[in-house]
Amino acid sequence: MRDDIFTKRRNGNLVFFSALLILSVGSIIITEYDVIKGFTSITKAVIWGGSNFYPDAESLRILPEILPKLQETVLMSIAATTVAAVLALVLSLAGSQTTRINRIFSIVSRGIASFFRNIPLVAWAMVLMISFSQSPLTGYLALFFGSLGFLTRAFMETIDEVGNNSIEALQATGASYFHIIFQAVLPASMPQMISWLLYMIETNIRDATLVGVLTGTGIGFSFDLYYKRFDYHAASLVVLLIVITVIVIELVSNNVRRVIL
Amino acid sequence: MALLELKNVTKNYNNECCALDNVSFSVDKGEFVSIIGPSGAGKSTLLRCINRMVEASSGEISVDGVISSSLSKKKLRKLRTKIGMIFQHYNLVDRLTVIENVLHGRLGYKSTLAGVLGRYSQEEKSQAYRIIEILGLNEQIYKRCDQLSGGQKQRVGIARALVQNPKIILCDEPIASLDPNASKIIMDHLRNISKEMGITIIVNLHQVEVALKYSDRIIGVNRGKVVFDGAPCDLTTRQIRDIYGSESEDLIFDLGERHAG
Repeated sequence: MRDDIFTKRRNGNLVFFSALLILSVGSIIITEYDVIKGFTSITKAVIWGGSNFYPDAESLRILPEILPKLQETVLMSIAATTVAAVLALVLSLAGSQTTRINRIFSIVSRGIASFFRNIPLVAWAMVLMISFSQSPLTGYLALFFGSLGFLTRAFMETIDEVGNNSIEALQATGASYFHIIFQAVLPASMPQMISWLLYMIETNIRDATLVGVLTGTGIGFSFDLYYKRFDYHAASLVVLLIVITVIVIELVSNNVRRVIL
Repeated sequence: MALLELKNVTKNYNNECCALDNVSFSVDKGEFVSIIGPSGAGKSTLLRCINRMVEASSGEISVDGVISSSLSKKKLRKLRTKIGMIFQHYNLVDRLTVIENVLHGRLGYKSTLAGVLGRYSQEEKSQAYRIIEILGLNEQIYKRCDQLSGGQKQRVGIARALVQNPKIILCDEPIASLDPNASKIIMDHLRNISKEMGITIIVNLHQVEVALKYSDRIIGVNRGKVVFDGAPCDLTTRQIRDIYGSESEDLIFDLGERHAG
């Protein structure tokens, strides 16, 4: 009888992997993806990259131009994320199972979060450009709405994870809703929330570069400018700066996380 | 006039009979009452009906002369300040210190703003300190609660209940997660509170010997009904069978010493 379980499992696995294989091969055939060409292109890309896409001494001349742009992009991301976090906190308190006031607010809050989160950043940027045209404000708002959606969801899950125990205890002492929120729920979920905040800042800095290409501001636009001029050395310098910035932010946030956790 | 009175209290979940079935009893000031019974008998439901953490389906519960079922939210909070509660899993805010958790017991008395900001009066802090001293926790007073042992955490829970100046303390299986040493310390504290401070103690217990040793009165509950209500010395093997549905020899405790024959 025990053999049956193992046979079943093996058959299940076989079915699963066959399905996966058929799906992969099927999609390759339907989309006419040339597999061989795909792999050989990698080597070609590496060769091109090695010979063109590196910063040289001459490209360093652009540094004084692009550093302020980098600063603008980073600050804009941080500003968008922090404001979104404050609003997300309020929405998540309304939407979470453990702290919600009533069902309607909860559904509305979750609906808003879902809606904002699922619209791709690029779509946000393009839609907002109609009203605000090419300015840093467009980028700021695009990042703001995206972050609002994501952080609301993340904060709601954090609050739910804290659990009902301390809330139940404070209810039994006669504490009011706001007492419970500020004295139990927020202190308990703060480390995780700050962690999400830092994660969102990192992600937004990366996304800000993309948004910049569309809105004509910030470091993303600089990259686009040099790239379209075929000034690959300058473009690669921009990319390098972006990577360094993101790594620095990541190191800082890791340290912050270690301290507060 | 009894401090706590239950009259024909019934609780149905999902229209199914009956978590509590026509429960009636009354408790006087300063009594130490233990509620015993098998798992799922309705002990926790009974306790939580007293401070309306669970709404009874029918029946009347009055605490200190006030009928609890028709109270507004504000008056309910006021009622709950007179009833302290301690829990099997302590229900503390782990990231906060002992003193902060103890002072949470005062939140029921505070206005919204004062409670949110955590502004406690000097008198409240002195009282909290005194209670912490009585319970033997002065060394741990500024430690975070997640650094404490189970017995210490439960003492913090007791301190939180005491700082409310309650008339009744409800204890939902307070020693279920504790080793025998810590259990004795907790039960001794509860007995002192009942004798020296005149506070009524109502405890849910699984350990029948503990109930026999510490209580003035035992209430046996089985399937939502009260099947025994009397002094520990009146608890015979026949009553045990009524409560637990098995002979006492088949259960893991010994009534034998107390009843020769």
